[in-house]
Amino acid sequence: MTEPAITEDLIEAHGIKPDEYAEILNILGREPSFTELGIFSAMWNEHCSYKSSKKWLRTLPTDGPQVICGPGENAGVVDIGDGQAVVFKMESHNHPSYIEPYQGAATGVGGILRDVFTMGARPVAAMNALSFGRPDHPRTRALVHGVVEGVGGYGNAFGVPTVGGELRFHTAYDGNCLVNAFAAGLADADKIFYSAASGVGRPVVYLGAKTGRDGVGGATMASAEFDETIEEKRPTVQVGDPFTEKRLMEACLELMQTGAVISIQDMGAAGLTCSAVEMGDKGGLGVRLDLEKVPTREENMTAYEMMLSESQERMLMVLDPAKEAEAKAVFDKWDLDFAIVGETIAEDRFLIMHHGEVKADMPLTKLSGSAPEYDRPWEPTPPAEPLGDVPEIDPVDGLKALLSSVNYGARTWVYEQYDSQVMADTVATPGFGAGVIRVHGTDKMLAFTSDVTPRYVRANPVEGGKQAVAEAYRNLSAVGALPLATTDNLNFGNPEKPAIMGQFVGAIQGIGAACSALDMPIVSGNVSLYNETDGTGILPTPTIGAVGLIAADETPILGRAREGDLLLLVGETTGHLGQSALLAEVFNREDGDAPAVDLEAERRNGTFIRENRDWIAACSDLADGGLALAAFEMAHASGIGVQIDAGDTPTLFGEDQARYIIAAGFDAAEALMIAAGQAGVRLQTIGRFGGTAVQLGHSQASLGELRLAYEGALAEAFA
Amino acid sequence: MKAVVTVFPGSNCDRDMKVALERAGCSVTMVWHKDTALPEGTDLVAVPGGFSFGDYLRCGAIAANAPILAPLRAHAERGGYVLGVCNGFQVLTEAGLLPGALLRNAGLKYICRTVGLSISTTNSVFTSAYEQDARIALPIAHHDGNYFADEATLDRLEGEGRVAMRYTDNPNGSARDIAGILSENARVLGMMPHPERAAESAHGNEDGARLFAHLTEAVLRA
Repeated sequence: MTEPAITEDLIEAHGIKPDEYAEILNILGREPSFTELGIFSAMWNEHCSYKSSKKWLRTLPTDGPQVICGPGENAGVVDIGDGQAVVFKMESHNHPSYIEPYQGAATGVGGILRDVFTMGARPVAAMNALSFGRPDHPRTRALVHGVVEGVGGYGNAFGVPTVGGELRFHTAYDGNCLVNAFAAGLADADKIFYSAASGVGRPVVYLGAKTGRDGVGGATMASAEFDETIEEKRPTVQVGDPFTEKRLMEACLELMQTGAVISIQDMGAAGLTCSAVEMGDKGGLGVRLDLEKVPTREENMTAYEMMLSESQERMLMVLDPAKEAEAKAVFDKWDLDFAIVGETIAEDRFLIMHHGEVKADMPLTKLSGSAPEYDRPWEPTPPAEPLGDVPEIDPVDGLKALLSSVNYGARTWVYEQYDSQVMADTVATPGFGAGVIRVHGTDKMLAFTSDVTPRYVRANPVEGGKQAVAEAYRNLSAVGALPLATTDNLNFGNPEKPAIMGQFVGAIQGIGAACSALDMPIVSGNVSLYNETDGTGILPTPTIGAVGLIAADETPILGRAREGDLLLLVGETTGHLGQSALLAEVFNREDGDAPAVDLEAERRNGTFIRENRDWIAACSDLADGGLALAAFEMAHASGIGVQIDAGDTPTLFGEDQARYIIAAGFDAAEALMIAAGQAGVRLQTIGRFGGTAVQLGHSQASLGELRLAYEGALAEAFA
Repeated sequence: MKAVVTVFPGSNCDRDMKVALERAGCSVTMVWHKDTALPEGTDLVAVPGGFSFGDYLRCGAIAANAPILAPLRAHAERGGYVLGVCNGFQVLTEAGLLPGALLRNAGLKYICRTVGLSISTTNSVFTSAYEQDARIALPIAHHDGNYFADEATLDRLEGEGRVAMRYTDNPNGSARDIAGILSENARVLGMMPHPERAAESAHGNEDGARLFAHLTEAVLRA
């Protein structure tokens, strides 16, 4: 089949800039073939190459005694003791989900699960951080239904419990929703599988589903801004098949037991191209592929299509040739395709043959290692304008406005569409704080959270970046888990705009500082840029996913407040209302600075919670919505009323950081006071639990009435 | 007691079922869907939850034709015990071992939540752990749990005391609030709720543990 001639239009259509094309000519010493152009486009786009972000990502802390494998592999690997490891990562599927919500979200979940089991870990927990436009935007309703069903449709069938996540609505996401999928798995620390190939002349094996034309050019699409041609991009979204993925996982984990697997890489963005290049590049080897051996589900697929297809549920492996028969038997058992499609070669070469014809012949290392890297100009975000006057509000009215909003109402309508208990190790289901699962067959537990407050990041990227990590740290500490490590999913607008690049740089600086101070290194992550539609960017949204450990001899803090318990507040309250939930939801204002984050106080207060767990009946961190919302949520979860003495707006709705609320009996509260004094932690008794009313200062409402509004908020908007 | 758990390629509650049965004192063997025989001396066959063959069409329809169904059917015909949970219940109805069908939930959404149930008969080894009309709570997690049968079948099931349990607040549109039904000899139970997810203190709910414990005891006594 003849390939199209290389023209300027064709180059531009591949998202390749003129200077990048000049570099291609320089590398090859000739004009690229059509297939080669496609391969360069796939490898050098933002999604695969991180060309705008690499310089800054390198500044993040990625080391620590607990880290077994940091960024650069399919997922991060962290030691959890007893020879076990937790393997996790978060990744975005924003653009595909906006174009085709069900399949976009489903394949996002599929992709992140594959990243985890590719490393030899069985997925045991999932989370999803979702950002949508305003509820009355014409696309939002269909996106919410489609994305939530897609997340559930894939995860539920695959059989991994979804134990947490985030859900927000803001007009900045009207034209560009965010779908950030997190997955974590368990493995033996000495049985982790990596992507680096080794050994010359070893078979390169293709496993899993057949290759079709779906997703051709997906990674390039994901690196472009949207405009009115969006509907034309629908064919670039892949279709997910969780049943095949489930079999692929079981087969891979079984195969890994046999010792046949030398290296393994899943086919995600840019499919066969990216996985083959990755394995060769990391192993210092070349790769030859014979495309006629690739299992296909459509006829007459060209080399270009096969190399760029993003069909799901596929893997590439380098196998020990001596164990080929054993490997094939495993895949036959699970009725999956298994084909030797090439071999490793000694020279630095990526050689693509199709029916004996050379379709691409290029130096392999130039495709990833030498991909372009930019030091994009950036402007620091100017300091936020000072906060204007905030009128006092009746506190119960303020609380009602928050808890009946789509942003702060109960998430039940969404979480009930996800299986949160499959694998029968779920200890805390989503809804109130971090999700907790037991490490199967042990008394250890892992806690999971995902956090970011995009309004803060926009107002002050550095403090906002810190805050995202600090909130994750608090959510883990509040269930009694020691925060171990972090994955970041950095969603921003167009990095070619210096103001956007400034948000990115600031957020990275804040995240880096917080991860260092709180000892939760970044072990994996993903960057999603160009989240813009018709030139308008999203709120900067660096989602932080974090994992914490509850040791076998520790109890988690998962209790509820009881009648007569005191309500204690940990941390300093100054009444910071800038960028608060109250301002946004009640006054429709987003002004002022983000709250400052005192990382030392975060560490001190988090440690205090974890060390005094035995005195604590119930605990929750304070985040957006402040004291009033957190106290209501605890009362709601506990099924009893709460009374807080203070009635002023800054105390009840301010969003100062490094704070928690605790429910404790009288004697326990005494003990906590003494411990707090010794630890230099600010601790105050500010109210009590009991009865059936929620009372804030002199204003009150029945818990039952508030619960109805809270539980119904999302269903009313979307059901 | 010797129990086996059937494993289809898309089963995902198979391990959970094994753990719950073992906690109750059973010895458990996993059997692959391509197997054509059950182990000697099998007392109970448990068909677990999941998405047996992806279930993109009718849930359980392909599994109902898998090779393992022939020995399972023979086991049931001999009077052996069979427990189908969630997808397992769907498989048993598709295989004709239990009457009726499980349709898409009335709300057209997947539902994962703990629901209230009332025990409608204690006249089976599966439900004799509980008092008649006892209220228990078990998790459900399904997209297709809306039990359907024609009126005559429903009347017969009720008349013969074969409704095992009912929802106290029907979550999925099931006819006559039915959450689980028994075979004529009361030795085959299909139920949508997941007792294996309420089987130990770490689950925060042990209502399901009693089902497994009592079942194991009763079979051993028999």
